Amino acid sequence: MSIKISETLTFECETGNYHTFCPISCVAWLYQKIEDSFFLVVGTKTCGYFLQNALGVMIFAEPRYAMAELEEGDISAQLNDYEELKRLCFQIKKDRNPSVIIWIGTCTTEIIKMDLEGMAPKLEIEIEIPIVVARANGLDYAFTQGEDTVLAAMAHRCPEQKTEIEKKKKIEDKSIQKIFSFLPLKTKEKKKKSLKNQFPLVLFGSLPSTVASQLSLELKRQSIHVSGWLPAQRYTDLPTLGEKVYVCGVNPFLSRTATTLMRRRKCKLIGAPFPIGPDGTRAWIEKICSIFNIQTEGLEEREQQVWESLKNYLNLVRGKSVFFMGDNLLEISLARFLIRCGMIVYEIGIPYMDKRYQAAELTLLQETCKKMCIPMPRIVEKPDNYNQIQRIRELQPDLAITGMAHANPLEARGINTKWSVEFTFAQIHGFTNAKDVLELVTRPLRRNNNLENLGWTNLIKIQKG
Amino acid sequence: MKLAYWMYAGPAHIGTLRVASSFKNVHAIMHAPLGDDYFNVMRSMLERERDFTPVTASIVDRHVLARGSQEKVVDNITRKDKQERPDLIVLTPTCTSSILQEDLQNFVERASMSSDSDVILADVNHYRINELQAADRTLEQVVRYYLEKARRQGNLNISLTKKPSANIIGIFTLGFHNQHDCRELKRLLQDLGILINQIIPEGGFVENLHELPKAWFNLVPYREVGLMTALYLEKEFGMPYISTTPMGVVDTANCIRQIQKHVNIWSRILLDKIFDFEPYIDEQTRFISQAAWFSRSIDCQNLTGKKAVVFGDATHAASITKILACEMGIRVSCTGTYCKHDEEWFKEQVQNFCDEILITDDHTEVGDMIARIEPSAIFGTQMERHIGKRLDIPCGVISSPVHIQNFPLGYRPFLGYEGTNQIADLVYNSFTLGMEDHLLEIFGGHDTKEVITKSLSTDTDLTWNSESQLELNKIPGFVRGKIKRNTEKFARQNNIPKITVEVMYAAKEHLSA
Repeated sequence: MSIKISETLTFECETGNYHTFCPISCVAWLYQKIEDSFFLVVGTKTCGYFLQNALGVMIFAEPRYAMAELEEGDISAQLNDYEELKRLCFQIKKDRNPSVIIWIGTCTTEIIKMDLEGMAPKLEIEIEIPIVVARANGLDYAFTQGEDTVLAAMAHRCPEQKTEIEKKKKIEDKSIQKIFSFLPLKTKEKKKKSLKNQFPLVLFGSLPSTVASQLSLELKRQSIHVSGWLPAQRYTDLPTLGEKVYVCGVNPFLSRTATTLMRRRKCKLIGAPFPIGPDGTRAWIEKICSIFNIQTEGLEEREQQVWESLKNYLNLVRGKSVFFMGDNLLEISLARFLIRCGMIVYEIGIPYMDKRYQAAELTLLQETCKKMCIPMPRIVEKPDNYNQIQRIRELQPDLAITGMAHANPLEARGINTKWSVEFTFAQIHGFTNAKDVLELVTRPLRRNNNLENLGWTNLIKIQKG
Repeated sequence: MKLAYWMYAGPAHIGTLRVASSFKNVHAIMHAPLGDDYFNVMRSMLERERDFTPVTASIVDRHVLARGSQEKVVDNITRKDKQERPDLIVLTPTCTSSILQEDLQNFVERASMSSDSDVILADVNHYRINELQAADRTLEQVVRYYLEKARRQGNLNISLTKKPSANIIGIFTLGFHNQHDCRELKRLLQDLGILINQIIPEGGFVENLHELPKAWFNLVPYREVGLMTALYLEKEFGMPYISTTPMGVVDTANCIRQIQKHVNIWSRILLDKIFDFEPYIDEQTRFISQAAWFSRSIDCQNLTGKKAVVFGDATHAASITKILACEMGIRVSCTGTYCKHDEEWFKEQVQNFCDEILITDDHTEVGDMIARIEPSAIFGTQMERHIGKRLDIPCGVISSPVHIQNFPLGYRPFLGYEGTNQIADLVYNSFTLGMEDHLLEIFGGHDTKEVITKSLSTDTDLTWNSESQLELNKIPGFVRGKIKRNTEKFARQNNIPKITVEVMYAAKEHLSA
């Protein structure tokens, strides 16, 4: 099998036999993000065992999530779903008293067609706690898309924007150029010192609060005020949404949330590359500024400074090759950043590619490849891990970014790996955290510099195949 | 529905996958949605496996929901057959596929026509049995399949090996210290002059299973996995089996005596020879294993009557309970297991060695029990370790569920004579060391500056005045929580809202009275 590296972005689709985490794993970071929430995963032992094993230690810190473990009686409808959920939710209310209970629907609830969406509003009235339903199941979604389903469900719960403040402001020339990008709004008034965006801007995507405030601060420097985050630190602080509200995503896997915000909440979506890496962050800020017709200030210098500070890492990665097996949808943005760092990307595996939501990111990827004079990587949607491993064998990349199922076996075969999951949990957004991305990427390379001369790279016995 | 935060035994398919992937050149295909293949992560991370885990998923997605798997499962089986040329492919149902009620058996039959590998459907009901039961069942199923196949093909060899030999049944991947135990058992049998016929499933080839009946007897070290297979072999081929776990000095000797009994039945006839293992047992017990000497040594005196709690799978919990009670003189206040299906056996085993028995798979019950008893040490699973952390009680891990720490690189068996040493170390190190214990008692501890933050009681209506707080801080760290709770309990019982030094002493007197 020979592999050609093409000159344009090519999209392929394989069999979908790949390893990724189940989307219910989103409870692991979301329960920590939304402090007053309680996540109830309605599923089987299989789901529970996954959470327990994949999320390891967190489970012991008295987490605000639990399984509603379905038993045979639930499956065969001998028990009344509503009564059962009511019993559990009252227990949760008694023990934890959360401000919101989020029901996570799983494969099983899909198959037995448990009407979670139907039951929630009724129970909500009885129990007097909001119940949000998100179907984050492995039948439809992969890993980080779980967060997407939760945020999309939460978008419905955000309070409606009161429009009176905006009434004074006049909007001219609000014609839509494409579906996702807008012509700049022309407004004559320009206040000097105060924040300049005349319409509220809500950012969506769950980030650790420090990262969220870093990004807000970056925008504030360009005199853009972030009026809220979806999700906020507390459920009770959900941002207001409405027709006049602009929204922008911070993560590449939030296409459902974006769609919900646009279609159901009538918000205006700013389609931008994602603020991962200094190049991404700058492009993200520039795009937002352009929407509000604001001239950016000092962004180029700021980006340059960050690149300057990354010098040591860049020396390590320059000219090295990367292979993304694909499992968390951050792949396009990470690949784009790594190409800008001087790396060669052979393949970007990705579970699901929303070309519209990621349009700006894809364009930036293409531009970056041209700028760096590097051949365009192939983008493989729904990859097939078996085939990918054959390709990895052939290409011998310097680094494979992969799930934990393949990391150790690849290492034993002399291929450096980095667990892709770490990119989901590490702080990788904004100017400040560009270093963390490279810290992760270079870790196996640095480790190897230390072990290089020991002569035991390949640690398996040679056998057939 | 059950509100669950944590579970001791995993879902059934995990058991099946553990058995399948322990065999060499066997591939398992799960009929499961995306993301259910986290077994690969567990195996790759916990066991630090160098090879790709031979488990793939035939993905159940929306299309499958709408139209059924149709050709998908068959295609995936035949594809895997071509790619990896395994000897056997095990189609594994999951909770999802058991609700879909597709005719997986039919897929298996169709696929086996077009593939060179054998194909079987793991016969496990997801909603009725757990990981361990499923593993037991799958192992039996695989063994039965190959013995019946051999019988059909006429190449079943049931003549015994010339020298006495044994099969070790039930060593498998992700088992608690299984690899080390396996090595220790091999050494033990070698010492006794007994050959190893086969070890299954770990590292075994299914193509060799038809040779199983050649062994003189079967050794099943763990109750959870292998008993069904041993029973099947006994019924079909009259093979005797030993299910006494050789854990601890006493049971190791018991196990060896049973081996002697079984071996002598045949060796008297075939070899005209009688084996006598008693000198070996005596030598090992008194001089090779340090455990017997340790329990006589003055160190161990300090452990006399100390309270311990044991919890784990049936095999380990029962064995450790007996070791603590009989071999070390420790008082086991409560012992328990999450193997509810094996309740009867467990109760019978530990009846006379503990104050109470707890059979549950609800970790909060276990936590409450521990908090109530306040033992000096816990011997349990990773869960109990965390309960112990919260309550400030040391814990030695003696059973799965496992954690990466339970896959040590060094040699740490729990079975056999080296196992007795390891267990003695584990037990001894879990209790506060004797002299340190005394010194702490005499001098009031060396961490008196520590602020008390961990507390189980949620009520805040009690206040400690500054003197009593100071006095409390003088108490050694590891008993401070207990004293605090006892004092507060006493105060509450007597309606005393404010705790003074006097109240503390009154409480102490009240308790010791």
